[in-house]
Amino acid sequence: MSNVLEAQGLKKGYQNFTALKGLDLAIPEGAIYGLLGPNGAGKTTFLRMVNQIIEPDQGHLYFSGEEMTPAHARKIGYLPEERGLYKKMKVGEQALYLAQLKGMPAAEAKEKLKAWFIRWDLQSWWDKKVEELSKGQAQKIQFITTVIHEPKVLIFDEPFSGFDPVNATLIRDEMLRLHSEGATILLSTHRMESVEELCTHIALLNRGEKVLDGKIQDIRESHRSNTYRLVYRGEGPETFSIPEGVTASPKIADAKTGHHAVTFKASAPLSGALMAQLAPQCDPISFEEVLPSMNDIFIQTVQA
Amino acid sequence: MSPFLLVAQREFLSRVRKKTFLLMTVLGPLFFGALVIVPPLLSSMSEEPEQRLLVVDHSFLLVGTDHIGNTLLDYLNPEEFSEEQAIEALHSKEPFDGLLYLPASQNGDPDFILRNVRLYSKNDVSMDAIRSIESTLEAMATEEKLKLRGVDPALVAQAQTQVAIKTLDFTENGTEESALGLKMAIGFGAGFFVYIFTFLYATQIMRGVIEEKTSRIVEVIVSSVKPTQLMLGKILGIASVGLLQFLVWVVLTALIVVGIAASGLLSPDAAELATNPAATGGLPSEISGTLSALNVPLLLSAFLFYFLGGYLLYGALFAAVGAAVDSETDTQQFMLPLTMPLVITFVVATQIVEDPNGPLAYWLSIIPFSSPIAMMMRLPFGVPWAELALSLTLLIAGFLFTTWLAGRIYRIGILSYGKKVTYSQLWKWIRMKP
Repeated sequence: MSNVLEAQGLKKGYQNFTALKGLDLAIPEGAIYGLLGPNGAGKTTFLRMVNQIIEPDQGHLYFSGEEMTPAHARKIGYLPEERGLYKKMKVGEQALYLAQLKGMPAAEAKEKLKAWFIRWDLQSWWDKKVEELSKGQAQKIQFITTVIHEPKVLIFDEPFSGFDPVNATLIRDEMLRLHSEGATILLSTHRMESVEELCTHIALLNRGEKVLDGKIQDIRESHRSNTYRLVYRGEGPETFSIPEGVTASPKIADAKTGHHAVTFKASAPLSGALMAQLAPQCDPISFEEVLPSMNDIFIQTVQA
Repeated sequence: MSPFLLVAQREFLSRVRKKTFLLMTVLGPLFFGALVIVPPLLSSMSEEPEQRLLVVDHSFLLVGTDHIGNTLLDYLNPEEFSEEQAIEALHSKEPFDGLLYLPASQNGDPDFILRNVRLYSKNDVSMDAIRSIESTLEAMATEEKLKLRGVDPALVAQAQTQVAIKTLDFTENGTEESALGLKMAIGFGAGFFVYIFTFLYATQIMRGVIEEKTSRIVEVIVSSVKPTQLMLGKILGIASVGLLQFLVWVVLTALIVVGIAASGLLSPDAAELATNPAATGGLPSEISGTLSALNVPLLLSAFLFYFLGGYLLYGALFAAVGAAVDSETDTQQFMLPLTMPLVITFVVATQIVEDPNGPLAYWLSIIPFSSPIAMMMRLPFGVPWAELALSLTLLIAGFLFTTWLAGRIYRIGILSYGKKVTYSQLWKWIRMKP
């Protein structure tokens, strides 16, 4: 899979701090790429560079293998964290203006916008002023104007902040639809659950540096801690006979089902042997390896 | 269409379509028309109200005079009325506004009479009436004095002379009347317009930038348009609004003034004043029609150039201020030093038109921050080509510089929220890579 975006040695310094310290990043075509990191990690700086709003002090950016030029801006849709609309402008006019700025001919833009407005039940707002829109409606307009020119790469900076659950779901579904139609999505967020739900790849930034990146499954695999979880019917024994070097947690009862669960921690991968040894000792329901959540990995990596 | 032109088009249309624009564009000429027409109209209407005075004239100086200006004089027999009796008579007689008392002369000295003239006023006697009575009495006393010395007053009147120097300029066609007053009026007017327009439209740029920042649209826009293009597009769009409004104003004002003058609504005097603005300054009417003494095409093109130059120079800086702040209330600290040169130039306007080739006028018309106003004030008096060229070149260099400077502040300022910006920070922004 080729990379649609590639950063090489990006550096950027501000007055009092360094936002990026030589960032290398490769975003494969067709990925939903999550950009994670605490505040001040350099996520927004990187996104602004990709959108050519700011320039790196050093380093290079490539779009589908070509050095990034202003012409590439039209192949990108960007919904920044700080987003808004001209309040006094009419909704339709404004959407048309933003679409034209992305290089769409007026007629084509109008046709596509009308289709979106019908899909999201916004037709009656076309000639109204933006300030009359509800917050949710304004967010829908912002989303539409971000994707209207059908860009190859869609960039969302904290896309779910400020959305109510209904709209957040709507936006998430649209993202997945656009992804299935071939768009590569770059997502910056704090919300780990959306990362796990949506992303195929992630990069974790901290203090201007990349501390982790890759396919989400690979990362979780690489962070496996040889932790296994056994769920069984009834009380079961007070203590299990387990191989040496493995520790067991106290059993935990599930009040609703009456099942019990015990977590085992080994020093090396051990699932087959452990399962074979445990099964005869109880009436098992499930045995699985517990992979760390992205949240755990995030906190663990940033704190380390 | 290029993004730059799209931005300019949006700025233009979003302003031109506003109701306030339509209102200002229509009301502006009415306002300017009124400014030209109302003062002469008022002065042509303000005739002195008629007043009636009782007169006791022991000096017999006013003999035979039944009115002075609009003041009617009714004489009481001086042999029957003393000053006190006349005062009583004034109170008992209704239609009189006051009593004018002239004492008898002593030793035939007219000055004694004039020193002791008294006016008792029942209803307030107007200052105008008092002034005309004074000057009539002065003239009569002078005549008396001349007669006393055996001089014929008619001879003195003949000997009196008025001098009005006609100033002439050398031109290609020989010499022409220089019409100083008209030049001063035009210089003032043009300078004033450049001043107002620069302020009006440069402030609009600043407001527009602040609006984009506070509504958080700006980052979306700069992902499609370079920040400098956005800034320049905005400046161009608003300049077009200014030019359109100015054009409409000029045409409408001219139509209104000419229309009113032609309809004969005004007295001939006032109409002449209205169509010849120079005359409103109380200038002799001989200078009307001396527009030929002025290089009108040069004046007009210079006006256009200096308006645009000044607007671009200040507009860019105002845009930078808008980008640096979060709300309009924070602009004060940057606005004061920015507007200083404009305000100072306007304050010393009188000195500039009175000595258009003096060092003050010269330097102010060369320095780009003040030249749009100062040069427009000097131009009607004639400015050497070399000086004009220097001033224009420096103005172009000036706005290229401020645009560059403002662009550097702008591109960083529009994405900075929340912190109050200081001058030292602005300096860092200017030096920073985008």
